[in-house]
Amino acid sequence: MSDAPKRPRPQPTPETKFFWEGCARGELLLQKDNATGKCYFPPRPFVPGTGSTDISVVKASGRGRLYSYVINHRPPPGFTAPYAIAVVELDEGVRMMTNIVDCPQTPEALVLDMPVEVTFEKIDDEISLPLFRPAKG
Amino acid sequence: MLKPREIAVVGAAETTSLGKIPGMSNIQLHADCALNAIRDAGLKVSDIDGIACAGESPTNVAHYLGIVPKYVDGTGVGGCSFMIHVRHAAAAISAGLCKTVLITHGESGNSRIGLNRPAPNPQALAGQFEAPYGPFGPPTMFTIPVLRYLKTYGLTEEHLAMVAVIQREWSSQNTRAAMRDLTTVEGVLGSRMIAYPFRLLMCCLVTDGGGALILTSADRAKDFPNKPVYILGTGESVETPMISQMRDFTSSAAFKVAGPTAMNAAGIKHSDVDHLMIYDAFAHLPLYGLEDLGFCKPGEAAHFIWERNTAPGGKLPLNTNGGGLSYTHTGMYGMFALQESVRQMRGTADAQIKGAKVSVCHGVGGMFAASGTIVFGNE
Repeated sequence: MSDAPKRPRPQPTPETKFFWEGCARGELLLQKDNATGKCYFPPRPFVPGTGSTDISVVKASGRGRLYSYVINHRPPPGFTAPYAIAVVELDEGVRMMTNIVDCPQTPEALVLDMPVEVTFEKIDDEISLPLFRPAKG
Repeated sequence: MLKPREIAVVGAAETTSLGKIPGMSNIQLHADCALNAIRDAGLKVSDIDGIACAGESPTNVAHYLGIVPKYVDGTGVGGCSFMIHVRHAAAAISAGLCKTVLITHGESGNSRIGLNRPAPNPQALAGQFEAPYGPFGPPTMFTIPVLRYLKTYGLTEEHLAMVAVIQREWSSQNTRAAMRDLTTVEGVLGSRMIAYPFRLLMCCLVTDGGGALILTSADRAKDFPNKPVYILGTGESVETPMISQMRDFTSSAAFKVAGPTAMNAAGIKHSDVDHLMIYDAFAHLPLYGLEDLGFCKPGEAAHFIWERNTAPGGKLPLNTNGGGLSYTHTGMYGMFALQESVRQMRGTADAQIKGAKVSVCHGVGGMFAASGTIVFGNE
């Protein structure tokens, strides 16, 4: 084991465990309000705004677009600057924070609304982080 | 329902100095401005029967000052907590829960002596779904929606820079402002990159300091040494603890509740506002504030500022102390915005707006997480 600083590791809770188990299998899972068909994020066992528990877990397409970002020049331990802290909007309508990989971390390469797709970075047996890269094809 | 002019600010003061205060801990900064405000109001410590604060618990502040209050408010939702404390205190005094409330802010944001900062929690939603991606403090979180905002409205980095340029015009008139040298759009864009598109001069200062307010019922206010500053209207809200989950990256849902609630309660129109404070942790905040409070249509605030409407001599003076960008920013700046509104209403500000009768003071907490708005008047 290296002693080099690592990025902060999420700790799943009872409500988010399914999401992280999905990531470990290479699946991006979302919850869907069965009444409206709309997905929501982050995970919770009811629909925000209505409280309905009539929900299902669905596998997301993993596709979306680059919604917004900053390029950080003052890195915390575990990161090398400059790197983008991004928000992507999935085709299912939800947004999530992520990093964009396989792409120069520059304003010229990181174009808003460019198509992105999910890729998973394994941290350990329990946690794989959903990251995004420019979509192929 | 709280009526306009039912409650007044009768004491207001900042810490004895601002900026770098290595000789005071966090709790002493609360006490320093509290004692200054109590003196300003001509009161004794024992006259205070309500305590509200953020950054320290009200228990800490009450104990440190030697008060056993009848009313406490520890609302801690970031830098607008103090606007919300004003709102709650006004309601509490109106309801007869207490008579004289002291609201304190003190923060050793630069020297970091005795500072209460909770450790990030890896089980919190932000700990699971944001922290792993490397956000490192407000400059990398509060700023995330901005590229989307700029693209939506066809704006540029120059527009962000101009916010900072004009606030320097104001801070240059304030003797206690940390940064008083005038700058230019080129000067701002040439300052060190912090988190693209944000350069150093688009980001707030990191200072030590504090401020305190004392509120009581307006019918008692005329017995105090200073001109009373009346509470005309108040508003508050919260949206999300995660910047990535902001509903609309071009607008704050919390601003859109707090601001209009306060202005409607005050019964004022936008044209009645003589002076405006919008908490500016970063250069985009005044843009969102101007639009979400209805002073500008969506996408028009940057042009409104560029055309000098908020600059000295403009029709809507904004952030007349120089703001968090140039006056001071301890970490929870909202108290300093309130202090400037009170000074403007008393007629004692360094960059005094002549004849100002109504001041709107709008705060943000966290990274677009919370909001509080106070409308002040002096008639």
